[in-house]
Amino acid sequence: MTRFMDKTFWGLTIGLVVILVANFLLEDWLRFIGLQSMARGAVALGLLILWRAGLVSFGHALFFGWGAYAVALSQKIGITDALLGIIIGTIASGLLAFALGFLLRRYRAIFFALLNLAFSMILYGVLAKLEVLGSTDGIGVKQPSYFGITPEGANAHITLFCFTAIIVYIVALAVHRYLSSTLGAMTIAVRENEIRLEYLGYSAEKAIHVKYVFSGLLAGFGGAVMALAVGHVDPDSMVYWPNSGDFVFITILSGTGNVAATFIGALAFELIRTFAFDYAPQIWQLLMGGTLLVIVMFLPNGLWSLTEHLGKRRKSAPSPAE
Amino acid sequence: MARVLEVHDLEKSFGGVVAARDINVTIDEGETIGIIGANGAGKTTFVNMVTGYLRPSAGRIEFMGRSILGMAPRRITTLGLCRSFQVPQVFGSETVFENVMIAMGIAESRGPALLAPLFAPARAARAETHMARYQIADYRDVAADALPQGVRKLLDIAMATVRKPKLVMLDEPTSGISVEEKFGLMDIIMAALREEETTVLFIEHDMEIVERYVSRVLAFYQGEIICDAPPAEALEDPRVKEFVVGQELHRSTHGAEETGNA
Ligand SMILES: Nc1ncnc2c1ncn2[C@@H]1O[C@H](COP(=O)(O)OP(=O)(O)O)[C@@H](O)[C@H]1O
Ligand SMILES: [Mg+2]
Repeated sequence: MTRFMDKTFWGLTIGLVVILVANFLLEDWLRFIGLQSMARGAVALGLLILWRAGLVSFGHALFFGWGAYAVALSQKIGITDALLGIIIGTIASGLLAFALGFLLRRYRAIFFALLNLAFSMILYGVLAKLEVLGSTDGIGVKQPSYFGITPEGANAHITLFCFTAIIVYIVALAVHRYLSSTLGAMTIAVRENEIRLEYLGYSAEKAIHVKYVFSGLLAGFGGAVMALAVGHVDPDSMVYWPNSGDFVFITILSGTGNVAATFIGALAFELIRTFAFDYAPQIWQLLMGGTLLVIVMFLPNGLWSLTEHLGKRRKSAPSPAE
Repeated sequence: MARVLEVHDLEKSFGGVVAARDINVTIDEGETIGIIGANGAGKTTFVNMVTGYLRPSAGRIEFMGRSILGMAPRRITTLGLCRSFQVPQVFGSETVFENVMIAMGIAESRGPALLAPLFAPARAARAETHMARYQIADYRDVAADALPQGVRKLLDIAMATVRKPKLVMLDEPTSGISVEEKFGLMDIIMAALREEETTVLFIEHDMEIVERYVSRVLAFYQGEIICDAPPAEALEDPRVKEFVVGQELHRSTHGAEETGNA
C-alpha cells in the first residue's frame, strides 16, 4: 500500500500508454467518447472521495458547470491556453467548493446530497436567465492553444486527448496517493465514527471540508475538459441536475475500490449510453435504468468488484476467515 | 506531585434535570481514580464535560494548569487528556490493526504530514507494539465489528492512548463484560497505562474492582460528589453505602441493564 509503484501505479501507467497509442488509431467519435469519459470520470473520482466518507452528492454538476463556464469566460478575456484554462476551471470550482464547504460540512446523508442539488439548481436557474452568458444557449468555446501552438482540424481533438490523458493520469495517481495517506484514511474515519475521530484529535467537519474541496477541484477539472472537448458550454448539458445523476451513476457503476475503476466505469457509461441512444433511441433510458438495476443487484460494489472476484479465484489456498 | 486536573464548581443541567452540581475535583499525577455511582448519577456527564463533549452550565476546568473550558474535544485530546467510551467508539468496518494505524496516523501527523502514507513501516511497528501492550495482537486482522466485547473495549482504550496522554478517562471499561473476565481485562488495562505512565480515572460499578485498582474513589449521587476518599474509607461511608453500594447490589441481583451513551 505504501510503495509508490504499486499495482495501481502500473495499471494506470499501462492504461495511459494504451490510450495514447489508441488515440492515433481511434475514429473521431470514439476519441470524443474517450474525452467525455475522462471528463466525467474525473468528477466521479471526486464523488468517490466523498462516497468513501459515506457522503453522496446529487449536485456535482454545479462544480462541473462552474469549471466549464470558467474556461469559457477566461477565453473571453483572452486566455486561450489549454493548460491555463484547465487550471482556471479547476481552481474556480475548488474555490466555490471551499466557500460552500463551510455550510455543507455541517450536513450528512440525504441533507448533504440534496443541499448540493439545491445549489446546482440555483446555478442552473441563474445561468439560464443570464443574457450576458447566453442564457439557455450558452456560449461557444474556441479550440485552445497549447503553449502557443493552436492545432487545427482533426489534430485539435487528438492533441486535447493526449493532453487530457496525461493530466488525468497524474490526477488519478495523486488521488490514489491521497486515499492511502492519513488524511485520506479519514474518509473511513468520517464514515465509521465521527466521535472517535474528534477524540483522536481531528475535526470531522474539517476532514469533510477538505474532501469536499478535492471533489470540487476534480469536478471543475472535468468541466473544463468537457468545455474544451465540446467547444460549447450551456446550462442544460453542463449544470442541469441529470448531469449530477450521471456522475452518481458512474460512481455506482465503477465501484469505489480503485481510482482506475472510475475511468473504466466512465468509459462503460459513455459507451452504453451512446449505443443505447443510437440503436434503441425509443428505449435508451430504459436500458440505462436496467443497467443501473443490474449493477445494484448483482454488483453492488461496481465493476471493480469483478477484479476482486478474479483475484480471489486465483489464490490457491483459501485464507482463514478474517 | 504535579496537579493534572482541577475542576471547580462544575454544573450542568439538561432542562430540568440537574446532571452535575458543585463538582470540585483535583487529580494529581500518578493517581488512579475510580468513579462510582448508580445509573444516571452523572458520571458520564462529568467525563463529557471535562473532555469537551458537553459544555458545563457553570464552573472552571483546568488541565495541566491551563483552562480547557469551552475547548472542543479534539483540542483537549491534543493537549493530552483522552478518553474511552462506555460503548466502544471504533471504526467498525476496519481491522484492529487499521484502527490503531488510523489512530496513530492522526495523532502523529499535522499539516502537510497528513498527506504522507498512513501505512508507513515505522508506524506499523509502533502499532504492533501498542497492540501487544493491550494484548489485542491476536485479533490484528479482525474487523472491529466482529470482535468479542472485551477485545473491542481494549481496542477503544488502545485507540484513546495512542498519544500517550497525561490523563485518560475510561467510561465503564468493564461494562458488558462477564464477571470472570473483568479482572483479566482490568489487569491488562492498568498494566498498559502504568507502562505509559498515564494517570487514570475510570468509572466502575463493581466494588471489588474499585477496591483492587484505585487509590481514590469519587462517589456520585444525583449529580453531586458525595464522597471523595481512599477506597477503604469510601466504601464504609454511610451515604455511599446507602446510595451507591446498596444500589449496586440491587442492580446485580436484578440483572444489570446497560445503557449506552457516548
Ligand atoms: N444529553 C443529555 N440530554 C439530556 N439529559 C441527559 C443527557 N446526558 C445525560 N442526561 C441526564 O443526566 C443524568 C446523568 O446522566 P449520566 O451522566 O449519563 O449518568 P451516568 O452516571 O449513568 O453515567 C441522567 O438523568 C441523564 O438522563
Ligand atoms: Mg454513564
